[in-house]
Amino acid sequence: MGFFLETLLNGLMAGMLYSLVALGFVLIFKASGVFNFAQGAMVLFAALAMARFSEWLSAAGVGNPWLVNVIAFAMAAVVMFAVAWLIERLVLRQLVNQEGTTLLMATLGITYFLEGLGQSIFGSDIYKIDIGMPKEPVMAFESVFEGGILINQEDLIAALIAAVLVAALSLFFQKTSTGRALRAVADDHQAAQSIGIPLNRIWVIVWCVAGVVALVAGMIWGSKLGVQFSLATVALRALPVVILGGLTSVPGAIIGGLIIGVGEKLSEVYLGPYVGGGIEIWFAYVLALLFLLVRPQGLFGEKIIDRV
Amino acid sequence: MFYRENGQFKTSYQADQQIFPIVQDRWFVLLLVLLAFVGVPMMATDYMFSAILIPFVIMAMAALGVNILVGYCGQISLGSGAFMAVGAYGAYNFFARVPDLPLIPALILGGLCATVFGVLFGLPSLRVRGLYLAVATLAAQFFADWMFLRIKWFTLDTPSGSVSVSNLQVFGLPIESDVSKYLFCLTLLCVVALLAKNLVRGAIGREWMAIRDMDVAAAVIGIRPMYAKLSAFAVSSFIIGMAGALWAFIYMGSWEPSAFSVNESFRLLFMVIIGGMGSIMGGFLGAAFIVVLPIFLNQFLPFVASLLGVALSTTVVSHAELMIFGALIVWFLIVEPHGLARLWAIGKQKMRVWPFPY
Repeated sequence: MGFFLETLLNGLMAGMLYSLVALGFVLIFKASGVFNFAQGAMVLFAALAMARFSEWLSAAGVGNPWLVNVIAFAMAAVVMFAVAWLIERLVLRQLVNQEGTTLLMATLGITYFLEGLGQSIFGSDIYKIDIGMPKEPVMAFESVFEGGILINQEDLIAALIAAVLVAALSLFFQKTSTGRALRAVADDHQAAQSIGIPLNRIWVIVWCVAGVVALVAGMIWGSKLGVQFSLATVALRALPVVILGGLTSVPGAIIGGLIIGVGEKLSEVYLGPYVGGGIEIWFAYVLALLFLLVRPQGLFGEKIIDRV
Repeated sequence: MFYRENGQFKTSYQADQQIFPIVQDRWFVLLLVLLAFVGVPMMATDYMFSAILIPFVIMAMAALGVNILVGYCGQISLGSGAFMAVGAYGAYNFFARVPDLPLIPALILGGLCATVFGVLFGLPSLRVRGLYLAVATLAAQFFADWMFLRIKWFTLDTPSGSVSVSNLQVFGLPIESDVSKYLFCLTLLCVVALLAKNLVRGAIGREWMAIRDMDVAAAVIGIRPMYAKLSAFAVSSFIIGMAGALWAFIYMGSWEPSAFSVNESFRLLFMVIIGGMGSIMGGFLGAAFIVVLPIFLNQFLPFVASLLGVALSTTVVSHAELMIFGALIVWFLIVEPHGLARLWAIGKQKMRVWPFPY
């Protein structure tokens, strides 16, 4: 029982991390109808920027590690804003009214570009982000179960950060006027434009928000795994989450992430040994696929209505 | 002026419905095929064969397959790499396990394996479409990656999962030299292209296009969506599987599962989009573009750098390549979202009305 719960908890926390990446997808898809394949590259780019900035700041003689991290985070965020603005200016604005596939391809192009750019500017070695997360695991519920449950503190903090981010985002979307404008654009581009919401500015904002989400995801993933090229493939792990939760739903991204995280861990532990292991990566996809057969729009996606 | 069809009167339906109804087109294609079969082998060097021509021919075939699914039937697929892998390993298993199986039946059997796999993973297309389907087909990709890496039966229990073929021959002729490899692939490509062209202009091709343009409306006028979608998946994955088997057998010789990664799927999709969706010609143009571009950049960038007097390290070059590749794709989508095939059509139209603007 203890072992099962431990796996479950680990899955939940891994799921939270997937949700972070999935959130970026959902934000951009909702507001601009672009399926942003470049989210993974953005995570890599942001993490590289932050890792290198903090390294350079330390080298420049800023002693306090907290200060270094905060400044590096801010600088990386500024870089992400610049990237968002450039993407909107140079790519999206030129591709207004194109089909979904064309936009998808364009984001694939952006992916290649960002991967190349990030590695040319910031280098292509493995870097560390040290935000002072405790590494050693702790035991919990020792009084309830024999042996207790081993919890990774790092994961716990990461999950907390993710939860805070999600809460902040939903506040931003529900309570501020910009958030309201974002939701209006997500609902209907033309209607939003006709009542005077500037589409281009909204797109810049939403890409900026996605950039910050990518930065947070990159920070957490980076401090867990080290900042390296493979970070860009995190996006591929997060795709089934988006599909499961529904492309247009923020809560869907969270709950989908949790389901996928738990499913992956449980399947790896209980099913993996029978089929040779390493099934984590496709199991998530197959899970999402089976789900799609029952509910084609995902858990919380908008209902798909066919019109001729 | 250069290119006009005035005075070419058709007196029978058969003449009106041939693949190239215009005389100039027929001659042009005939010359092109002749050039490919006779002219190119005389002129090309070994390097051109192994780096450009053979990859181009095989990738053109794969792009043709992807184009049937994506361009004609409108089902976005990111699992093409998996179909190639299934084709390659299927053909390999038949080739290695069945004694004295000739090469061409092995390739066809490999294609059939890919067909079964493709239809299986095409089933979600009956429920979901568009971007959801694109992600769903990624499942095929990751499943195939895992299957060929972990299930050792497929790789004849070799420890690293790397397999190889040797002593390939067709009708007693060995396929070893670059020229013979090229000619073999080219022959298959011509057969497949003819087949594909005839399929897409026949009844089934019209069904695919109806589904692509609007599936609900197509269903209303009596087209069975299940039959049309799954047949598109079947035909497309058969061609992609054959191309995968060729890629493995002829181009690589020995390969491992990572040869058919998700990047291969992206590359194939790029070929179709850049070449032009829903056009056989587009597949060829896109494949040429994607195959030649990295080689060109690889040669061209150090050259430019040496002109400017800076020496570039290989990592810088490879990163710059990624950037230029990405930027070019975005630029291309902005300038000509309908792909190279559209540029080709525009060029033809200009030739037709020259010297008048329209």
